[in-house]
Amino acid sequence: MTAPRTLYDKIWDDHVVHQAEDGTCLLYIDRHLVHEVTSPQAFEGLRMTGRKVRAPEKTIAVPDHNVPTTAGRDKHIDNEESRIQVEALDKNARDFGINYYPVSDIRQGIVHIVGPEQGWTLPGMTVVCGDSHTATHGAFGALAHGIGTSEVEHVLATQTLIQKKSKNMKVEITGSLRPGVTAKDITLSVIGATGTAGGTGYVIEYCGQAIRELSMEGRMTVCNMAIEGGARAGLIAPDEKTYQYVQGRPHAPKGAKWEAALAYWKTLFTDEGAHFDKVVTIRGEDIAPVVTWGTSPEDVLPITGVVPSPEDFTGGKVEAAKRSLDYMGLTPGMKLTDIAIDTVFIGSCTNGRIEDLRAAAAILKGKKIKVKRAMVVPGSGLVRAQAEEEGLAQIFIDAGFEWRLAGCSMCLAMNPDQLAPGERCAATSNRNFEGRQGRGGRTHLLSPAMAAAAAITGHLTDVRELMAESV
Amino acid sequence: MDKFITLTGIAAPMPLVNIDTDMIIPKQFLKTIQRSGLGKNLFDEMRYTQDGQEIPDFVLNQPAYRKAEIIVAGDNFGCGSSREHAPWALLDFGIRCVISTSFADIFFNNCFKNGILPIVLSQEQVDILMADAKKGANARVTVDLPSQTVTTSDGQTFPFEVDAHRKHCLLNGLDDIGLTLEKAAAIDSFEARNATLRPWA
Repeated sequence: MTAPRTLYDKIWDDHVVHQAEDGTCLLYIDRHLVHEVTSPQAFEGLRMTGRKVRAPEKTIAVPDHNVPTTAGRDKHIDNEESRIQVEALDKNARDFGINYYPVSDIRQGIVHIVGPEQGWTLPGMTVVCGDSHTATHGAFGALAHGIGTSEVEHVLATQTLIQKKSKNMKVEITGSLRPGVTAKDITLSVIGATGTAGGTGYVIEYCGQAIRELSMEGRMTVCNMAIEGGARAGLIAPDEKTYQYVQGRPHAPKGAKWEAALAYWKTLFTDEGAHFDKVVTIRGEDIAPVVTWGTSPEDVLPITGVVPSPEDFTGGKVEAAKRSLDYMGLTPGMKLTDIAIDTVFIGSCTNGRIEDLRAAAAILKGKKIKVKRAMVVPGSGLVRAQAEEEGLAQIFIDAGFEWRLAGCSMCLAMNPDQLAPGERCAATSNRNFEGRQGRGGRTHLLSPAMAAAAAITGHLTDVRELMAESV
Repeated sequence: MDKFITLTGIAAPMPLVNIDTDMIIPKQFLKTIQRSGLGKNLFDEMRYTQDGQEIPDFVLNQPAYRKAEIIVAGDNFGCGSSREHAPWALLDFGIRCVISTSFADIFFNNCFKNGILPIVLSQEQVDILMADAKKGANARVTVDLPSQTVTTSDGQTFPFEVDAHRKHCLLNGLDDIGLTLEKAAAIDSFEARNATLRPWA
């Protein structure tokens, strides 16, 4: 009998092409997602060496990072450098014969939303992309992680990656979430508890009742931010919800292949007694709606809290907290709900899916924004179309939100959607780093419902208070 | 890729923890389709004012550190985005080695692909090297990859760990892709086996 294995162990074992004596493995890659910003140098490398893409049918490209989210972008992109990158991706997709969703295609969107939506991402697969938020796909029980451009070139040329196995970490969320608490609050709370380096060297498996109770959209939000906790990847074992989400998608298996796939997927769980090198347990009932106050995703507090003081920390974090508070323009002791917001951004690979838009719209319905500007950027053209069909778009527009086209947008502000210096933003995205959303811009990370609450009050707000009002 | 064997150079102290890849190379410089030329924008928003003037206090703007080849950094250096533009910018500036107590996974990996050696040492050792780096340009730190040691300007030597495969590639300046393509037969047979076991993939 073989020793009990974790979900990660099983996926890993099924993808080892070659193992060297020192444990370095050549790992087979099932799906390679590509976007315009981290791929041009990789394709150039192939051209210079006369190499081909080994498996173009397993390679999927979509422009998302720097595309404008305003009308007319399929005709012309004003920013010359952005235009050159998008044109380079067009050409590379054509020249190397890979699957491609250009901006003119309704299926275009953020690469981590398009992959699952089109059924490219399936349980038990290895999925990589030149983007750290590739961890998102772990929600399907796929081993998914970000890679650098040299590795993008390596995967294009060989369909493999040179890897050393990570350690196993279990994050269990027991019980159920309380009303007003969402997947985003789970993932931020985990990072708040473990720190941004707490997962370094590990692959995290998220489990427990609260994780099981999440939709696939919510599970994607949780896994998306595994990288923010330093982990190589985040995983959730597939179950009925996973199969239902996948079935019928354009690139999901059909007929006899579906049955074979399903039988295999049902073996993808952590065996009883399998070893984890690190275990973190959080009670679902203890998680509150949270926001970030600083410039690291670990700077997480319940919305009922106050801005901390640098003296609350130890070691290098004391100086870092001083710097963060200065950058964020906050005073220790101030109530988080007293922080006034200029701008609200709803979108990104963390929270740009239909369920996120529904959660925000439920809070916004019949209300008007009190912030200077508010923007919704759906994660894909298909999410956008569905939100229009469900009447969500009209709720956002009536409330005073801009209703944009799909892309990464203000999450990383490579396109024209940027904060001005000092502008304070409540954002559903994943990073609150200095300058992330624009030089001098100040970011507070939160859930879509919490972002909507901030939009209608003009300051950070406990969404549960608004929910009580509407009952 | 340039070989990395030994290096004796100026070490710049950057004690801040969680220095992320957005700090190392802000996104406005990711629009290039080349690998070179990013050194002038390394740490751009910490290094220059909005109108492009150097900020004199920033370590790499100080006369002693303008030619630094090593960075001694706080915990969790390189966290955040997978952008390989971060090691490209470091390399283009002239940095060949970063020393810290910990690195983010993808950044750590990306360094080796570009001839940069990231070294993990204990907090105590990093503190000693940080103090050494703060002495300025006369305090040269030596990194020796074959013997896996870092030596301070006053002769204290610390051993470090490095993966055998990565060490071999750095010492010889080897291209990973070429090495992997030598295993094409193993990839072929994996794909053949996979077509039976997981035909949907």
